[in-house]
Amino acid sequence: MDLHLFLIPPADSARRKGPYDRIVMSSRVRLARNLKDAAFPGWAKKPERVKVLELIRPAIETLPEMKDAYSEAMDSLSTLDKQILVERHLISREHAAKGAGSGLVLNREETLCCMINEEDHLRMQALRPGLQLKQAWNAIDQADSALEKKLDYAFSPDLGYLTACPTNIGTGIRVSAMLHLPGLVLDEQINPIIQSVNKLGLAVRGLYGEGTEALGNVFQVSNQMTLGEAEAAIVERLEKVLAQIIEHEENSRARLLEKKPKMVYNHIGRAYGVLANAHSISSKETMNLLSLMRLGVDVGLFPGVERSLVDELFILTQPAHLQKQHSEKLTAEERDLLRADMVRERLRPVSRPLGKPSAPPSAELDKAGK
Amino acid sequence: MHLTQIAADKMQKVDLCEECAKTKGVNDPTGFSLADLLLGLGASQEIEQAGGGAEIKCSRCGFTQADFKKAGRLGCPECYKTFSEPLEGLLKTMHKGTRHIGKIPESFRHNRDLSDRLKVLQKKLSKAIENEDFEEAANLRDEIKQTTARLASSATA
Repeated sequence: MDLHLFLIPPADSARRKGPYDRIVMSSRVRLARNLKDAAFPGWAKKPERVKVLELIRPAIETLPEMKDAYSEAMDSLSTLDKQILVERHLISREHAAKGAGSGLVLNREETLCCMINEEDHLRMQALRPGLQLKQAWNAIDQADSALEKKLDYAFSPDLGYLTACPTNIGTGIRVSAMLHLPGLVLDEQINPIIQSVNKLGLAVRGLYGEGTEALGNVFQVSNQMTLGEAEAAIVERLEKVLAQIIEHEENSRARLLEKKPKMVYNHIGRAYGVLANAHSISSKETMNLLSLMRLGVDVGLFPGVERSLVDELFILTQPAHLQKQHSEKLTAEERDLLRADMVRERLRPVSRPLGKPSAPPSAELDKAGK
Repeated sequence: MHLTQIAADKMQKVDLCEECAKTKGVNDPTGFSLADLLLGLGASQEIEQAGGGAEIKCSRCGFTQADFKKAGRLGCPECYKTFSEPLEGLLKTMHKGTRHIGKIPESFRHNRDLSDRLKVLQKKLSKAIENEDFEEAANLRDEIKQTTARLASSATA
């Protein structure tokens, strides 16, 4: 099956809505599971990994949620396709590096994605747009309960679900949300926030998870501890922390617009200026400037422009997605030219940002009072 | 090979030999985390100490402490038994608790119910013997036999 015919087109993907999606780009709950009688993927020899794949893959394919799913062995995917899946946040970078004996099963709606023989035999994740951690947990819990009837999980009454890395043992759960926090970054409040979140035992990571930078002011917040705390409690704790981060982000945005409006307008105006006029632009610069444009849309500097326009460009301008639109192999320099062409073209109907927000709610009220 | 990672405003430096760097994927664009690396090293040291120099080896998969030092990950589910002693301290520093709280697969829930039932029956039995209620004791003995058999059959299933 052709991956590109299967994947939701970026334009539609960017239009998916969820609670608090102004700040929370997506929610994810991942469970790590292993089979009782097999070595973990990092230690197993190829025949054993293949055997595990042949056991797990059909079990997942027969889940009702996986009707019409995309199911593929990693060695039959091209490097480019794997990279596309990473850019869509459907598989990890580690999984993209896998070949024979590893696999992927992804449902039609792209809300349920199982990696087979990544670090663990099975890593299944439920994905939702916006802030929907409970919904994601319920979905993955249900899939897991159906799978435990078909697969013999490695489980110890004392230590819970056994995982390749001791950091994931117990519930094997990782609950995370991807947050767009340009306000906290511009307001220079991001580091104290990260530190206090870390103190609560939660991790803050960059756009592509472990060990990556926070490109485009996008941060991932997730639990770190998996042993000694029930899943529901972890979900609830993360929800509370996220609610606070959202509030801080909104406060920072409001404070900046009140105290330093020119600084904000300057950043957004310059971002638009470069994006709408550049003839060569790197993926990293594009992400960082698109983040500022997204903020501009949020605060009303681009009336009539939908946030999905920016979110679609977030997807389309990444290296593998850009390469996919061209048949010949592109160098990084060539990609920078084509990326700039595409962004200029897409921003042609977008007028330059207003000098100040068109109608912020407070200004409306002032007028009505007079 | 020298490595500096800045995470959450903290700078950490590590010196690695080339081989370790390769196995940890430091040059690998798929990324790695210094925290994992440090945790991994810490754990293998503890394992070495607990082993008192003698190499512990997993009887199920042949995984050794040296392998753990390299990978920072274990070889198979059985390794948690093999290395249970040295891992205990590590788990304590890593996690909120040292005992699992949360979801349990249904087959284990079933087993747990049976073993709970068994304990209750055994208590009743000793009380019945104490009271010299031999008819009750005989009944209880039968039920214990059945429950034990059910537990054994579901454990091997």
